[in-house]
Amino acid sequence: MTTSNEVLVKVEDLKMYFPIYSGVFQRKVGDVKAVDGVSFDVYKGETLGLVGESGCGKTTTGRTIIQLYKPTAGHVWFEGKDLATLKSEAMRQVRQNVQMIFQDPYASLNPRMTLRDIIGEPILAFGAATGKEIDDRVADLLTLVKLSPDFVGRYPHEFSGGQRQRIGIARSLAMNPQFIVCDEPISALDVSIQAQVINLFEDLQQQLGLTYLFVAHDLSMVRHISNRVAVMYLGIIAELADRDEIYGNPLHPYTKALLSSIPIPDPKYYETRKRIVLEGDVPSPANPPSGCRFRTRCPIADAHCAEERPELREVTPGHYVACFKV
Amino acid sequence: MANELLNVQNLETVFNTPGGIIHAVNGVNFCLNEGETLGVVGESGCGKSVSMLSCLRLVAMPPGKIINGVANFKGKDLLSMPDEELRHVRGAQIAMIFQDPMTSLNPVMTIGRQMEEPLLLHMGMNKQQARKRSIELLEQVGIPQAGDRLKDYPHQYSGGMRQRVMIAMALSCNPQILIADEPTTALDVTIQAQIVELVIKLREQLGMAIIWITHDLGVVASIAQRVMVMYGGYIIEEAPIKKLYSNPTHPYTVGLLGSLPSTQRGKRHRLYSIEGMPPVLYRKPQSCPFAPRCRWVQPICREQLPGLDNIDSDHTVRCWVDIKTGKVHA
Repeated sequence: MTTSNEVLVKVEDLKMYFPIYSGVFQRKVGDVKAVDGVSFDVYKGETLGLVGESGCGKTTTGRTIIQLYKPTAGHVWFEGKDLATLKSEAMRQVRQNVQMIFQDPYASLNPRMTLRDIIGEPILAFGAATGKEIDDRVADLLTLVKLSPDFVGRYPHEFSGGQRQRIGIARSLAMNPQFIVCDEPISALDVSIQAQVINLFEDLQQQLGLTYLFVAHDLSMVRHISNRVAVMYLGIIAELADRDEIYGNPLHPYTKALLSSIPIPDPKYYETRKRIVLEGDVPSPANPPSGCRFRTRCPIADAHCAEERPELREVTPGHYVACFKV
Repeated sequence: MANELLNVQNLETVFNTPGGIIHAVNGVNFCLNEGETLGVVGESGCGKSVSMLSCLRLVAMPPGKIINGVANFKGKDLLSMPDEELRHVRGAQIAMIFQDPMTSLNPVMTIGRQMEEPLLLHMGMNKQQARKRSIELLEQVGIPQAGDRLKDYPHQYSGGMRQRVMIAMALSCNPQILIADEPTTALDVTIQAQIVELVIKLREQLGMAIIWITHDLGVVASIAQRVMVMYGGYIIEEAPIKKLYSNPTHPYTVGLLGSLPSTQRGKRHRLYSIEGMPPVLYRKPQSCPFAPRCRWVQPICREQLPGLDNIDSDHTVRCWVDIKTGKVHA
């Protein structure tokens, strides 16, 4: 795997608030702060894993980066342009280069379209080819994701979950993008199929030099596929580091607890291990705790943590943590 | 030898669908001892849930139909017992928790009423006793301010708390067997860890036997003592937990374990992937159901169904081939 130091996507203090309306007059009564000040760089050719529990804002972060939501504040730099301020036509042109793969392969493909239409649509939309050329390109893409080119006339319902996910991948590759946001691309699939799709992601990255933002809650798969990993909690990044560093030497108490909850497929492991079991649930992002977001569940929190919000700081080169106690 | 609680023989369940008959469970034999935790592992559609639901006759009939089998629970056959008698077993002696705690709780009844129902029905308690016991149970599964929270509706609980309520309800009549059907699949990993710890704690306190159905080989390693792996409606391998992980013998088990990412530091290896997809069971497999995806496949695998053979006193495998030599077993 080749990763460079060249930054492909730079996310700066990204915020995405969803307003809450209530009452007879539907007045705005507050915000769900789904993403609340997130900054990180994605290097060219790497896979950055983004993990966290449901409701932590990881999917929203992915969607906001490629402007499926208009960010409340912050910047997303890609090829010298700030995607957050681009007008819609300019953004549409950028979309050739930034693509998304969705979680649910059943919901993300139009059941009334054939594979030719589904995969050919981006090509048609950007006017990149016409007629016979589109058919050739679709056949190439199907081969690329290890499906038979003979499938072009078929409909999504004729395929299994793993195959549908491949169709979604083929569609996202249609315009030769550089950057792909993979939003839980394997969580709807069976274990043996997950491995097939993960291997495909790795092959495509090697062949095409793709950069992935890999959003997932499966910590062991993220460990497998990522070069670096960011851990999110309630709309902020708690810790970001190289894969081996974060899994081998987690510093944030949340990361420690999260990693110790991974079910390890080895019965001997459980004879010796002591789990850190977190109490309670993730608080509501509409009313997050003051100061450090994690303090309500943190085993080492004190008064200072309630007053001030810890910033993400670099403790060793490349290892960022948002905690006062580290 | 521990006391046998449940003994299932030759269980076969089919579903009549518009596309044809689906043979979901094709002759499953297993037993469960007192106080034991049995893990049932497999991918979706392998028959793991249906076989356990069939034991309690909880498969919807029609379209489902149990066409063969015996399920002896303390000497009585659950599959042929009158409905009235079975009703006293279900919930009271064999309890069940499901994957999705939201759809298995009634959204228009308070948690309290739902908790009290089995107590009034099976335990012959009056309202006050049932209320008091419900509070005790909720405290036991770690719900704070249990007395007040009885008045809440399911939507006011989080996913993890709803699953705790389900567990409390399942345990309310002191069952001897708890069947847990993917109880942590819908939950986050930290909440999953909470629930697994809770079940292990309750198992120690109450000494019930557990059947834990899951597709997650990690979760099952943390809780089960013995594991059955299912594929295509058959049990294809069964062994004590440590043997299964240290010496997986069926090609499918080997593949499943190999397709998990490594937890070791350092260079990543390529994931072992089982090519192809699980079979759709419109026909009862006459040969090995895994043969089309198997890398050790031999001609005999496509012709005849292998038997479930002992390779050790407590380790059985349904495979023609010895994967160490790549040859058919003598």
